[in-house]
Amino acid sequence: MTTTASRAPLAKPAGRRRPSRPRFNAGRTGAWALLILAIAVSVLPFLWVLRTALSTNNALAGNASSLLPADFTLGAFKRVFGLQTPAEAVAEGGSGAAIDFWVYLRNSVVFSSITTAGAVFFSAMAAYAFARLRWKGRNAVFSLFLGTMLVPPIFTALPNFLLIKNLDLLNTMLGMVLPYVFMTPFAIFFLRQFFLNMSREVEEAAMLDGAKHLRIFFQIVLPNAAAPIATLALLTFIGQWNEYFWPLLVGSQDDVRVLQVGLGVFKSQSPQGAPDWSGLMAATLVSALPVLILFAAFGKKIVNSIGFSGIK
Amino acid sequence: MTTLATRSRSASRAAFSSGPRGSHRRFGDLRVALLFIAPAMIGFVVFYVLPTIRGIYLSFTEYNILGEPEWIGMENYQAIAKDPLFWNSLAVTGQYVFLNIALQTALALGLALLMHNVAKSTLIRGTLLLPYLMSNVIAALLWFWMLDYQIGVVNQFIEWAGLPRVAFFGSEEWAIPTQAVINTWRHMGYTALLIFAGLQSIPGHVYEVAKLDGASAWQTFRKITIPLLRPVLVLVLVVTVIGSFQVFDTVAVTTGGGPVNATRVIQYYIYQRAFTESDFGYGSAIAVILFIILALVAFIQMKFLKGNESDLD
Repeated sequence: MTTTASRAPLAKPAGRRRPSRPRFNAGRTGAWALLILAIAVSVLPFLWVLRTALSTNNALAGNASSLLPADFTLGAFKRVFGLQTPAEAVAEGGSGAAIDFWVYLRNSVVFSSITTAGAVFFSAMAAYAFARLRWKGRNAVFSLFLGTMLVPPIFTALPNFLLIKNLDLLNTMLGMVLPYVFMTPFAIFFLRQFFLNMSREVEEAAMLDGAKHLRIFFQIVLPNAAAPIATLALLTFIGQWNEYFWPLLVGSQDDVRVLQVGLGVFKSQSPQGAPDWSGLMAATLVSALPVLILFAAFGKKIVNSIGFSGIK
Repeated sequence: MTTLATRSRSASRAAFSSGPRGSHRRFGDLRVALLFIAPAMIGFVVFYVLPTIRGIYLSFTEYNILGEPEWIGMENYQAIAKDPLFWNSLAVTGQYVFLNIALQTALALGLALLMHNVAKSTLIRGTLLLPYLMSNVIAALLWFWMLDYQIGVVNQFIEWAGLPRVAFFGSEEWAIPTQAVINTWRHMGYTALLIFAGLQSIPGHVYEVAKLDGASAWQTFRKITIPLLRPVLVLVLVVTVIGSFQVFDTVAVTTGGGPVNATRVIQYYIYQRAFTESDFGYGSAIAVILFIILALVAFIQMKFLKGNESDLD
């Protein structure tokens, strides 16, 4: 770790592991400059979104590059949550069409929570069967499950749409969650990997005491795997929150529409010739906020989970 | 953390587990296993296996949702072979994939080296990961605003620099590169983290030996870092190539396939054929072709870049 750290700067004396004091060094300064540039590119757009969301549409054109909100207002947020009358909205450059992000927010929370809870729990059960139980065909079945990771989502989306349509579940929350709620191949893979590396001793002792698999699973395995399960739930939730294609196909009506789809619809309502930029950016921020909060709370967990068992 | 590291351990564990126990359960745990696997199995069969079969079947039919699918053999595929819009979508997607991979891999490799050599702080890595946690729709809208022709901040900068404004989404030559840049922005930190994890798994003593032999930084990078990083780089390439081929969200939200056909990528074309024009048979046939392309790409990359072998052994 320290050896590789001192590899890049050429000026350092060979064999020295860690400089006692950071010294000025052109290579290092350049490296930091690049890193800061990358951080700026990652973060500044969000500040720009915030600044726009707090501006008045009519003032944006005249102050296209001022760093502070142009003609500060909370109007855009009110508009997004349906708190403005159509006349007020039109006066501020909105479309005046009814838009209520509370409903979309609620739908997104329901959709992401149900799919995450179901997928993580059922995948944990399956992962236990793949990691701890011995049965004929186990490895073959596991390979088949893994194989589904290779099938492009668009390919199964068309027939799945037809299935949900045949079941008369279009534009219902049930129809939206069904394909995700039973498992995700990644969740099974992720948890199986963890279970395989978990010590068996406690489980074997419990088994000698006559405990059955169900009890072992609920009382020993799940509590012991709380940390990776939490990480997995976090990653799954964020993934589901960001899902666009399937909800677009199945949940196009207002009462089940999720935020991502709502954003697309909001964007396509182009009032008065130009988009309602401040409204759109306020809506974007609202859609990003839950993930930003999760990230602020559990950022370290997320970052450390990304090795080669990354989110997708 | 990395599968590369855990694979060998789990293999030996599996070999061990089949040994000492279980003489009192001659039939194995099949019945319990079925219980544990039942919910996942339902999801697997109903939403993965059957749709795969049905998708292949539909590609040989004419089907407009109303009524029953009608078997027409290879007609969809024959029509696709002569469909200029299909070939256009393939070309456009190819262009996107190429730009995306080139930009993303180069930037991510650079960032990973920076993270590894200069800043190992989790905070910095987390900050760089932020765009990846945003949805495609959010990334698309954010850049749609910043790159706006009239009042987008980027065009303000361009104007200050004395250059003509650029219609990032509105001109045929810029539309696809713009999509690639948006995607690169979103994925750069994530890909860098994957490569960073790979860098950290290279044992330090390899570098010490190189240093004792008087290798320069560039030589060390070329002759040690890159070869030892190869399995990770190949996996990154496979994942990004496959992901890029399925670009949809950003296009759907910003350009909707336009201007003209400039961003009508494969998945968007499938979506239009199936859902806008209610031609499910035709859409399914293109989806089958996409599936085959992706499988081939993954296979070729793994085979020729030897992604599953490590040089460390």
